[in-house]
Formats: sequence, structure tokens, C-alpha cells
Amino acid sequence: MTAAGFTPRGIRFDNIEKRYGGLYALRRVSLEIGAGECVAFAGRNGSGKTTLLRIAARLVRPSAGSVRFFGQTGNDGQAGDGRVNPPQQAATPADVPIGFVAHATMVYDELTAEENLSLFAKLQGIAESSKRAALLLEEVGLSERRASVVRTFSRGMRQRVAIARALLNEPSVLLLDEPATGLDPEGITWLANTLGRMRDAGRTILMSVHGESEISALATRAIRLDAGSVVADTRAGSDMHAILSLAGA
Amino acid sequence: MALIADMAVLLGKELRTEFRSRELLTTTVVFILVVVVLFSFTFDPSIGESRRFGPGLLWLSFLFAASLMLQPCFLREQNNDTLSALRLSVPDPFSIFLAKLSANTLFLLLTEVLMLPVFAVLYNLPVLPVFPQLVLVLFLGSLGVAIPGTAFSAISAQARMRELMLPLLLLPLLTPVLIASTEATGALLEANPELRRDWLGFLAGFDVVFLTAIWLFGEYLLEE
Amino acid sequence: MTKSILRAAVLFALIASTAYLAFYYAPIEKTMGVVQKIFYLHISCAFSAFVAFGTCFYANLRYVFTREPKSDWLGVSAAEVGLAFITVVLITGPIWAHPVWGIWWTWDARLTLTFVLGLLYLSYLLLRSMIEEPDKRAMFSALFGIFAFLDVPLVYFSIRWWRTQHPQPVILGGPGSGLEPRMRVSYLLMWGALTGLLILLLSARYRLEALRAGVEDLRREAEVR
Repeated sequence: MTAAGFTPRGIRFDNIEKRYGGLYALRRVSLEIGAGECVAFAGRNGSGKTTLLRIAARLVRPSAGSVRFFGQTGNDGQAGDGRVNPPQQAATPADVPIGFVAHATMVYDELTAEENLSLFAKLQGIAESSKRAALLLEEVGLSERRASVVRTFSRGMRQRVAIARALLNEPSVLLLDEPATGLDPEGITWLANTLGRMRDAGRTILMSVHGESEISALATRAIRLDAGSVVADTRAGSDMHAILSLAGA
Repeated sequence: MALIADMAVLLGKELRTEFRSRELLTTTVVFILVVVVLFSFTFDPSIGESRRFGPGLLWLSFLFAASLMLQPCFLREQNNDTLSALRLSVPDPFSIFLAKLSANTLFLLLTEVLMLPVFAVLYNLPVLPVFPQLVLVLFLGSLGVAIPGTAFSAISAQARMRELMLPLLLLPLLTPVLIASTEATGALLEANPELRRDWLGFLAGFDVVFLTAIWLFGEYLLEE
Repeated sequence: MTKSILRAAVLFALIASTAYLAFYYAPIEKTMGVVQKIFYLHISCAFSAFVAFGTCFYANLRYVFTREPKSDWLGVSAAEVGLAFITVVLITGPIWAHPVWGIWWTWDARLTLTFVLGLLYLSYLLLRSMIEEPDKRAMFSALFGIFAFLDVPLVYFSIRWWRTQHPQPVILGGPGSGLEPRMRVSYLLMWGALTGLLILLLSARYRLEALRAGVEDLRREAEVR
């Protein structure tokens, strides 16, 4: 997992709206997330975090508005502030490898960890898929259990497979929906270390979090959603604490 | 070509998962067996009567079995949100349908071929002399069941009462398949067997129409 | 409100007067006798039903490509109204067939197609009632409607080839071809009246669906707060 394997990308949400029937999951959300930012989304259940992540992953089609990916602005610290998006750096969604970790594991219980990873590697057109699968299994510390069926895994181990699957394609953008769910303290520390390395390598990370934890401590930016709207957005450490802590719920 | 490659990989996945548990195949075989045996009590299976009713009830039992067997096809993908993982991974969602409907056709064909000898014995019908031709009819018919069946299992997986919904959506639509397959099978089981190319052509036409429909509209079936 | 009552009243008068014409103005058919009178209603209803299902198919396609809720409302309205007309067709058919053919029902291509069509659109409506989320309901039922409509010619031809040995019952040479002039007038008027009824029912049902969608939205909004 070297920085060389991917092109850093930022995301721009432009007036995103998602209605389920007449019910708004998201209302005119406009955000610009620079390449390499690590954003934690906070908010109650049903505030729109999951929908926003699934829209970014192109799994859910917004009712209105658009999602765009763009290249590095070159202005690291304020990547998200400037509306810099030179045409030659614009990227179509299909060009941007995305890693997605959902609530569910997104792997097959009936297949082994190895089979799962090489299946998705092959589908994503990754060369030497089984080698890549083996590398990632080692990365998430599951080499010994690679030939075991996922059904026999603990929740924490499954989450590791899920994360390995999301990293197969050297994603420029990582989307994680409450990635710490079901992990024991040890697993959370492992996840925080892994995500920390991802962030430091320059991958853009968007994650929804539930309260403050080792995971949310990685964030360089915190955004609070309420009833489908952005109600707070900060990069300042002290404000982030207020946004992320459950007391603000 | 990426489409074919993805389809092959996904088909491998479908087959591996199924042959690991064999849940679907065993339950379907037993189901058809039960139906075929029960049907034999509803009339006197002498050779004349069997020729008249046999092909129809054979296909009716296949249709009912299929409407149950296709149930878990997309439901299985919902448990762990693996359908999303597939959608994120393949460029063309048509490959997902192609793989699933190929697997389903294969499973159906396999159970049907397994049931043929039982059918032949219970209804005193000569199956062996026309076995290859029968397999051709079974193949085109099963394809006709599996193509709309796979599409509708993506629909019923998201509905309430899904166990009832799939047969309700599928069975009326399969009227032409039932007629064509029954006629073609019946002609093969006559005293002077005949391969009815017209009905086989009709089945192939049915398959092409709905395969095209999935190719055009399949991606909408997988939307969240 | 008064306008729609007025429209309904005019239509009622039209249907009543065409019924009068069909029974007392048009002559009694020589071979079939008085039972032939049911055809005026039967054929006009069949026409309206097929127009309704065609409309449903159009609305389904339109929904898939535009995702406008309006197309969904039109789709469900057309399916329900079409089902109502086809029910009349399926009831009046056997009433005619029994004295003329000596049987209530035969698996003739047209009859079977009508029956299967009714079943397919019944499934369409059932499916709608089994999906809660409006966008999903609209999309899935539209897709099913498209598949169902593609099936129509296949059902028709499969049954035609299946039952070629049966003589095609000669019902009539189509309105216009050598039809007695007074009969023709009655047919045309009945056809016009029932097309009017189709439009009236369709627009009323459409307005109802629009209102229902509004109520559903409000209820969901209220549940969240």
C-alpha cells in the first residue's frame, strides 16, 4: 500500500438531494472535500450519513445534484477551500477507484477469505488477482485463516476481510460507514492504525462515526449532518471535539 | 469482452457456492419428485393417458419448482450487501444477470435431467430413444424460465410476501414457455417421435426477447 | 367539482342512449338473435381495455427513462382501469358464448390472451401493494409492466399455433365490413361512449393517485418529525 499506487482525488458534492418518496434523506448538500482529507461525518441515525456515502460510492443515485471527483489541487492544506478544478484534472467517476466499507461486510459467507478477495479482484480487473488477495490478507492479519470460510469468522475478523476487500483496487477515495461497528478494542486500535496509514499516504477518507473514538481521532475535518443537511463543518481541533462527541447529538 | 470475462468469474462463484452446499439442487429435486409422484395419483397413468397429460404436468412441475428455486437468487446477495460489492466491481451489471441466469438454467437443467428417468418409469413413457432431443427442449425451456425468472427474483427480493410474489409475477408470464415446451416434449414422446422445430424456434425467440429486455433494463433492476 | 359531475352526467346520458340504440334501433342479428346485442358492450370494452394497457406500457417506459412520479401515477391508473374493462369483457364473453357456441369458455387465442393479460396486470397491481418505498415501487412495477407487455404477442402466437386445429370462431368481420348501417352506427356510438368512459375513469383515477402520493409524502414527513 504505497502512495504510488493511486492518484489522489477530491470529491465535490453539488446540491445533492435524495428523496425517498416525499421524505428527504439529504437536502441540498454541497461539500468540497479535498484530496487527502480525512473527514468524519457525525449525526444521529437517519441524518443522511449513510446515504451520502452510498451516493459518493455511486450505489445510490441522487434525486438531484451531482458528485464530481477531481485531481489534487496541489494546495494541500486548503484543498477543500479553493474551487480549483482545472479541466485537465477533472475525473469521471469511473476513473476513480473507490473503496467502500458498508455496515454489512459485502463479502460472501459461503466462500473463504481468499476466494472472496480474489473474486472481487478479478471482477475489478486487477492483474495477478490471487497475489493481490494474498498480500491484502497479510496486511489485515488473516493469512493463517485465508482458507477458512468467512462464516466461521468472528465479527472482528469479518470486518478485516471487509476492509481488505475495499482496499483491493488501491482506492484513491475510501468510504467507510461506521467502520468500528462490532470491533473489539483491539480491533479498533488495528483499524485506527490501518486508516492512519491510509490517510498519511494521501488517500481521501470519508467515514461516518458514532461518537468519539480512536477512529474519529484520525479525522482532519468533522462534518455534522442533521435531517439531511450539513449543520456544522470544521477543521479546527476544538470544534471537531464538539461536533463528534455524542453530547452534541 | 470484459462482459464475458466477468460473467465467467461470476458464474464460477455461483457454481462454487451452490455445489458447496447443494441446498438448492437437493431441495428442488425432491420437490419435483414429490409433485410428479402426486400427479400420478390424479389419473390412471396408462400409456395413452400419460402421452396426453404427462408432458404438461412435467413442465408444470418444472415451472413450480423453478419459481421456488429462483427465490434465493438475489436474496442471497442481500444478506451481506454483496450485491453492492458486485455493482461496485463490474463495469456492466448485465454480466451479473448473465452469470445468474446461466447458473439458474444449469441448475434447472440438471434437476430436470435427473428427474427424467423417474418420470419415464412412473408414467411408462419411452424417454431414452429421444434423450438428446429432450435435453435440447429442456435446455431451451429452462432458459425461457430462467431469463425472466432471474429478473423477477431481483424484484421479488425487495417486496413483502416475496415467496408468493415470485410465482405470481413469473407463472402467468411463462404461459408461452409452458405451451411451447409441453408441445415439443409431447411430440417427442409420441409413438412416432418428432422434433418440433417450430416450437423450438418459438422458445428460442422467447429467450431472445427477454434476454434483450434484461440487457436494456437490467441495471434498473439492481438499483437501490 | 360540478364540472366533473357534469361530465359524468353527459357521459351517462351518452351510454344510456347508445344502449337504447343498440337494443331498439339496431336490428336483431339473424343467426345469433338478441344475444348478439351484448357485442356492442363487449367489443367496446375490449377496445378500451387494450387502450388502457397500452397506456400503462407507455407510462412504464416513460417512468423508467424520466423517473417522473406522474408517469407512475398514470401507469397504476391505466392498469386499474384496464382491469375493470377487461373484467366486463370476461363476463360478457361467456354470456354470449353459452347460447351461441354452447359452451361458456374455450381456449381460443383471443380469449386466452385476454385472460392472461388480466392475470399479468393483476400481478402488476399486487406487486405494487407489496413494495413500500415509492421510488422502488414505481421502478419495479414499471419494469414488470414492460416485461408483461412484451409477453403479450408471445402469448397470443403461442396459443394460436397451439390451437390451430380448432376452427377460429367467426365473431364478426370487423366493424365496417358489410355491417348493417344501423348496427354500425350503434357500434360506433358505443365505442365512442366507452372511450369517453375510459378517459373519464383514467383522469379521475390519476387525480386520486396524485392526491394519494401527496398524502403519503406528508405522512412520511410527519413520521420522521
